[in-house]
Amino acid sequence: MQGCRSRRCSKVVSYYGLITPPYKLDALEPYMSKRTVELHWGKHHQNYVDGLNKQLATSMFYGYTLEELIKEGYNNGNPLPEYNNAAQVWNHHFFWESMQPESGGSPEGGVLQQIEKDFGSFTNFREEFICSALSLLGSGWVWLVLKREERKLSVVCTRNAISPLALGDIPIMNLDLWEHAYYLDYKDDRRMYVTNFIDHLVSWHTVTLRMMRGEAFVNLGEPNIPVA
Amino acid sequence: MYRRCSALLALVAEAMALRTLASRKALVAAALGGARPLSAARGVATFALPDLTYDYGALEPAISGEIMQLHHQKHHAAYVANYNKALEQLDAAVAKGDASAVVQLQSVIKFNGGGHVNHSIFWKNLKPVSEGGGEPPHEKLGWAIDEDFGSFEALVKKVNAEGAALQGSGWVWLALDKEAKKLRVETTANQDPLVTKGINLVPLLGIDVWEHAYYLQYKNVRPDYLSNIWKVMNWKYAGEVYENATA
Repeated sequence: MQGCRSRRCSKVVSYYGLITPPYKLDALEPYMSKRTVELHWGKHHQNYVDGLNKQLATSMFYGYTLEELIKEGYNNGNPLPEYNNAAQVWNHHFFWESMQPESGGSPEGGVLQQIEKDFGSFTNFREEFICSALSLLGSGWVWLVLKREERKLSVVCTRNAISPLALGDIPIMNLDLWEHAYYLDYKDDRRMYVTNFIDHLVSWHTVTLRMMRGEAFVNLGEPNIPVA
Repeated sequence: MYRRCSALLALVAEAMALRTLASRKALVAAALGGARPLSAARGVATFALPDLTYDYGALEPAISGEIMQLHHQKHHAAYVANYNKALEQLDAAVAKGDASAVVQLQSVIKFNGGGHVNHSIFWKNLKPVSEGGGEPPHEKLGWAIDEDFGSFEALVKKVNAEGAALQGSGWVWLALDKEAKKLRVETTANQDPLVTKGINLVPLLGIDVWEHAYYLQYKNVRPDYLSNIWKVMNWKYAGEVYENATA
């Protein structure tokens, strides 16, 4: 895992890098300003990456994948020092990819069917998503996850940097509820921020891809094979 | 879970309705300061948003007027409104003997009540430079700081370090441990009041390190906010609290 231990070899060093969001920084306007994305991605997210790399230089977690780091670092609720930076790097990357310019609205096909099955209707899901986001006290995230045991979609909130990965579930989409994510654009109006996200920014394409991959691990029932 | 969520949405809607009534701090005090007739009839005390003793812009350039106004009129006012509403609901649940409802309300009460308690202390911790803000502590508190931390600078450094390292939202405090008769630096998460860290702790100074307390002005650079807030720190108030607690 660690590079060459012998003093004669040169040490191989690898580190995490910051991935660019799949759209221009101003593409999410007017629902998320360029200023916010520049700061959020360029400063907050970058700081988590830099902080993680600095810790990994002298950590037993050097060489782990991010997912492994998150699951092991969570340490059953007693997180190790590297956990916070690792989880926030992952959470924020997942967040940028959960959004898409001029998106939102409602999903189609299999995803819509699964949502209707697990929430009753898309409207119910939307309301529960907004409601959960508003009832989170303090900093954290709101997620759409695929629960492994219950084999259904569910809306969950996590505090600070806690990730559903660490809790054993499959994340499908998330929204950053730390104040830095919305304060410049919405001040204290978290409701407007969450509503705009679900109505205009959430990328149902990405959700579909993640659901498809998730179904490889969670049996959601017999597929509907269309008759020719 | 879903039913509780709708109740909470109603609570938020009411808080927002109350907020739209106010546009200036005087109006805010008037709107939320008086006892509401309905609750007075049932005998539940309601809490009021305290006034600041200085203008919103008086702490500049350490803290911007925009932040002070939002922080006081929106954030603190919301804690007060939600706290009052939660206490009403608690009263009803207790009267009905609904034990699980009583327990379920605890986190909302702790959050909003804590928010009210903490911010009420915070406004008193700050003072414009022209009225003595930033002047270092003297006499009993000053000596105690030298004894427990080595020097005033060491205390500032410790508070700044702990405040910057706090993950998520919370507060950093200069506390007096009444029993041990020593000063301590403590942090609390979210809106937990200082007593959650120790029943004998008396808050002398608290610094809000929630992002709403500094983001508009300092963006992600929390350390700059922390180093600047000392310029408007009201050590006179802290000294008074200390002397009363150690009398």
